[in-house]
Amino acid sequence: MATTITEPPQIDLSLADYSGNDGGRNLVPAEGDLRASRDHPLEPARTGMWVTLGAITMSFAALTSALVVRQGVGMGWGHVTLPPVLFINTLVLLVSSVTLEFARRSLTRYAQGSESQMAVPMRWLGITLSLGLLFVAGQYMAWLRLKSEGLYLATNTNSSFFYVFTGVHAVHVLGGLAGLVYVMSKLHRLVLRRSTFAAAAQYWHFMDILWLYLLFLLWTKI
Amino acid sequence: MAQTSVRAVAHHAPPQGFVRKYIFSVDHKVIGIQYLTLSLVAAFVGMALSWAMRVHLAWPDVRIPLLGWLSPAGAPGGVMTPEYYLSLMTMHGTIMAFFVLTAAPFAGFGNFMLPIHVGAADMAFPRLNMSSFWVTFVGFLLACATFFIPDGPPLSGWTAYAPLSAVGPVAGPGQGWGQNLWGLSIAMFCIASLLGALNFIVTTLDLRTKGLKLSRLPLATWGWFIDAWVSLLAFAVLLPTCLLLVLDRLGGTSFFIPGGLVFNDQLQPHSGGSPLLFQHLFWFFGHPEVYIIILPAFGIVSHIMPTFIRKPLVGGWKVITFSEIAVGTLSFVVWGHHMFVSGMSPYMAMVFSVPTLFITIPSIIAVLVWVFSLYGANIRFATPLLYSLGFISLFISGGIGGFFLAQPSTDSYLHATSFVVGHFHFTMGLSAIFATFAGFYYWFPKMFGRMMNEKLGKLHFWITFVGVYCIFMTMQLTGFAGAVRRYSALVDDFMIPLIPANRFMTVAALLTGAAQFIFLYNAIWSRFKGRKAPDNPWGATTLEWDTTSPPPFDNFGGRQLTVYHGPMEYDGEASVMQTSPEASVAGT
Repeated sequence: MATTITEPPQIDLSLADYSGNDGGRNLVPAEGDLRASRDHPLEPARTGMWVTLGAITMSFAALTSALVVRQGVGMGWGHVTLPPVLFINTLVLLVSSVTLEFARRSLTRYAQGSESQMAVPMRWLGITLSLGLLFVAGQYMAWLRLKSEGLYLATNTNSSFFYVFTGVHAVHVLGGLAGLVYVMSKLHRLVLRRSTFAAAAQYWHFMDILWLYLLFLLWTKI
Repeated sequence: MAQTSVRAVAHHAPPQGFVRKYIFSVDHKVIGIQYLTLSLVAAFVGMALSWAMRVHLAWPDVRIPLLGWLSPAGAPGGVMTPEYYLSLMTMHGTIMAFFVLTAAPFAGFGNFMLPIHVGAADMAFPRLNMSSFWVTFVGFLLACATFFIPDGPPLSGWTAYAPLSAVGPVAGPGQGWGQNLWGLSIAMFCIASLLGALNFIVTTLDLRTKGLKLSRLPLATWGWFIDAWVSLLAFAVLLPTCLLLVLDRLGGTSFFIPGGLVFNDQLQPHSGGSPLLFQHLFWFFGHPEVYIIILPAFGIVSHIMPTFIRKPLVGGWKVITFSEIAVGTLSFVVWGHHMFVSGMSPYMAMVFSVPTLFITIPSIIAVLVWVFSLYGANIRFATPLLYSLGFISLFISGGIGGFFLAQPSTDSYLHATSFVVGHFHFTMGLSAIFATFAGFYYWFPKMFGRMMNEKLGKLHFWITFVGVYCIFMTMQLTGFAGAVRRYSALVDDFMIPLIPANRFMTVAALLTGAAQFIFLYNAIWSRFKGRKAPDNPWGATTLEWDTTSPPPFDNFGGRQLTVYHGPMEYDGEASVMQTSPEASVAGT
């Protein structure tokens, strides 16, 4: 009996001196078939997202150092109690990351053909979007709470920093929501690339981590 | 698994309408030219401002044409008030530092050349690229708009030190809406720069053509790539700084305004803010900013020189590139040397002084690479090379002043004098301008398909080169003699003897400025009437010379290029194109 020897899969060693995408970019399915979508090993969307997150980290590091230095001056500080709704918001944001991962899984299953319904990943994306909106609404409630206590932007340094940190973060979250809407519209037209989803998801998870950091910062410093 | 056909939507189709083609274009080449045009306009605006200041310094009573019309309050009858002098100085610095020096060598040439250098059809994110230009454009309009509002432009300098910049209209003319518009303008410039840097980084990393390893990257692209990183991290700090400044001005917060501050007999309703915090945040951006300005110049000069000296740079791509990386990295830990006299702890001054001296090491290595490369070379003295050599000369002359300023003891004397003004005009201002000119003369044939006039180019070079030495060397000397910077007139006893030197500088500035019209004439005339440029007029080796002049919409006419060599394959008359499979002549 003849033995069939199957060739082991070729491992692409040329990646070591890989020189980019050979000038190519944006491979999308020709006739709107998501299952034919292909990605380069180096996708601009992914690289770009890492770079973007680096810049955002730098901005928040600058604001953090402003807080630390400004505290060193030690005047004009008043007490700010963190509104309890923040902790609910945190939970909402964390859950939204989980639902986004469910969206990713169902999307992979759909792209592999084991899931027949495109509506499933769409539904998970919709839930994530709603949770994100709920988070922003919750942050707004936290501001209203502070307002009712007479703590405005200029009341004291703590309240200033509270509004700046939560406000700038909320703007970034809104950017992430816009990204999710973009992903959903691409999915709807069946031209979603995996890297686009990956970039949006990476940004969204980063918003979680950033928020946990900010919450810790506000909790310990303000 | 069934393979469905996958087509590479490698590029948007060429647009047809005028608006899509030339105005809201996503083509990196059009965007590059838009940036360069914006910078050119900004440079002439900035130059006109410096003329007005210089004339006023030399002859304080002379009426300056148009100034009285531009600002009846700031310059009644054409003679400027001291406050208006400061406004002109602020806008000169802002327009030159941001919209000329940051925009032209990086965003201008980078946009046009970087995708071609890496063999790509366009930037990684073309629409982002377009928006980054238009955001810059609106930022520039906002900066210019300050001249036409009743308030006038702000007077707090391009560094906008708080609390002067933070308290509002009470601080003087221009500190109301003028400063607000300034803040908005700079915030927009930050956003545009961040988008631009993102595009440059991703394009360089992800869109390189086959065989174009990082070690084979053209040196100009290395400069832009490193610069993009510095830009990304620095502008990400300036943006929140602008936010806090605007909140202090409009939101009533006290980030930068201390308590008990009295301006014009009015107690300011703020408490506990830290002016030093603003300086720290600003210079954390501001020092990398001067390297953001100079790193593309390093790259452009390193890119141009081998073509005209017909040999690779000493040390190959590595020494110069690693020097640039070292400069870019160290630029983030030296910002305090701008603040030696700010009231910061003297121990901190020492902490910042040491890395400042360290950063000269990679800078000197780069200079030595350029100078040593000339040894034994068969030099072709074309205008681009003259400007590159001019760059080296100015960079050295300015850099030497840096040693005095890097040490707190000498800096405390020199800091508030015109020595500093001369120093930074040499090192970052004119060095970057000369590299921009070098790039302009070098790439003009590729960008417009016409050669520039060499005779006019050389005339322009020599007048400018001698002229800037007359202006800024004299300025450094008057600084040693104690001329205080930012004074609108030399009225103190110890400064009156410096008036003749100032008149000399003013005449030199007027003549040098006038010589820039030779350049303008040359550029416009050559654009339409110049000799038709061949594809590779300089006998260069990088990818931009492997396509038509100007390049087609997708840069290489659908060809997929393979790169076999580094960018410096020169050996006398012989040279090998990066895309040519022939044997190497220089072993790079």
